[in-house]
Amino acid sequence: MVTVVPTPETLTEHNTHIEFSDVTVRYGNDVALDNISLKIPRNQIFGIIGPANSGKTTLLTCINRTLELEPTASLNGTVAVAGQDVMTMQDVYKLRRRVGMVFPLPVGLPMSVYENVAYAPRMAGLHDKDTLDALVHKCLQQAMLWDEVKDRMNMLGTKLSGGQQQRLTIARALSLTQDARPENTGPEILCLDEFSIAIDPVTTMKIEDVLLELKKSMTIILVTNLVQQAHRLADTTAFLNDSQLIEVGETEKIFSAPDQTMTLDYVTGDFG
Amino acid sequence: MVEHESAIALPTTAAHPFVSTKFEQLKLRRERTYKYLFLGMAIMLVVPVLAILAFLTIKAWPSLTWSFISSNPANGMTAGGIWAPLFGTFLLVLCSLLIAAPVGVLAGVYLNEYARDNWGTRIINLAVVNLAGVPSIVHGLFGLGAFVYFAQMRKSLIAASCTVAVMTLPVIIASTKEALAAVPMAFRVACWNMGASRWQTIRTIVLPNSISGILTGVILQVSRAAGETAPILFTGVAFYINMDQGFALDEKFMALSFHLFTISKQVQNVPESIQYGTAVVLIGLVLVVNSASIAFRIYLRNRKKW
Repeated sequence: MVTVVPTPETLTEHNTHIEFSDVTVRYGNDVALDNISLKIPRNQIFGIIGPANSGKTTLLTCINRTLELEPTASLNGTVAVAGQDVMTMQDVYKLRRRVGMVFPLPVGLPMSVYENVAYAPRMAGLHDKDTLDALVHKCLQQAMLWDEVKDRMNMLGTKLSGGQQQRLTIARALSLTQDARPENTGPEILCLDEFSIAIDPVTTMKIEDVLLELKKSMTIILVTNLVQQAHRLADTTAFLNDSQLIEVGETEKIFSAPDQTMTLDYVTGDFG
Repeated sequence: MVEHESAIALPTTAAHPFVSTKFEQLKLRRERTYKYLFLGMAIMLVVPVLAILAFLTIKAWPSLTWSFISSNPANGMTAGGIWAPLFGTFLLVLCSLLIAAPVGVLAGVYLNEYARDNWGTRIINLAVVNLAGVPSIVHGLFGLGAFVYFAQMRKSLIAASCTVAVMTLPVIIASTKEALAAVPMAFRVACWNMGASRWQTIRTIVLPNSISGILTGVILQVSRAAGETAPILFTGVAFYINMDQGFALDEKFMALSFHLFTISKQVQNVPESIQYGTAVVLIGLVLVVNSASIAFRIYLRNRKKW
């Protein structure tokens, strides 16, 4: 099945999910993002590639406003989610409940596996046990962790292995819930920052299949150092280098005939 | 091979790679020397504690009976027991902690979890540090002015408790902050990323995982509150109050530390064993509370979840 991918040029207001307009982020005097303008389409996997310290993670923290937890950070320009400037949103917690985040260093919360996954729904007000049970089951299955933990749901999340904790954080991101209504479960944006760093290749492939399924119901932003992972999964790919957006376009084009030679060097491994 | 060896001039021969050189033997000797030096210093810390306890207990032995604890001083302090001062100290500790613990813990939570690093926060932190450095006699004079006269509490249990509370507050704040800071930041960030508010994060993650440290800090203040004499001297402690008719917050009270002073210096002809007995009970009280706090901390640390 071939789906028509809207290229950044053909994006309309309707199918743009997240829009960065002239975004500059500084940590103190260090520029982390330099005048980035970027449209991220709805229901796609949007790959972000680039070397270390190029601003990939900072880009993600702009979306759910966790950037402002960093005391020295400042943001100029606008980041809009579904057409609304995130800085004008009154309830930042509601925004964060719409954006699932998975970071490269997995952090299991010091509570049971079940509690870890049920945490976000509970904080959103969902306490119905049957709904929670079903949601925890579904999220752990999607994160390919269910089979390994189904008999020890009361085990501490911090005692899981590194790869298991990584999948636990994916399950937690998928469990985000808007409110107490069971139909409002699941984030509308899923940001994966090096999600497979501690996961074995076989399980990674299984999760990648799940991601291809999940993009029907959410927009997925995939930050990865594995260039081939972006090639396999992403519909659109952006290349960041040294705080600047070098190029963004359809993944096939970025990997075969990008406009910038720097991009070609990076994806073919000739960089530097 | 032979050329290679002579070129580098290795100190060991290839035939005996594990024979130690002179330098390595010296290193091992130093290692032992420093280990025993540090061990010696650690043992020296224990000696005075044991010596004081042994000396006091031997001197106090004739008085240490149950009736010494359960009866009031009699015959102008020259006979009887220490029930009234013991109970007074208990009340003083209880009341002062009931005031200082909630204020101190909540202030510590604010300073560690909410406050941004700006000049206002720095002034608060500076005030806490300086409050901790104020001598206890100055706390006593402050209590006299602020609570006894200005707040019109008169010399009473409540005025003394407030004074002791002010004295213990900075340490409770500092230990609370320390306990909260020991909870990894990554836990908070993970919760904030899931849309939990700061208070939800504190309630569900930070406090459950720092409560052992917070409580330890509070319990350790029990021993300070029990032992200090200067803050209560002007604010409510009495030479003699018979508590058989009950007690009241706005009445004066007796306390072990002051009682020890009066029977040692103010009253003539007090048997030596009563003086030493009072000291043993006071120091024993402190030791029991400290041991309980350490045991509690070990128990909670074994349940630590990461």
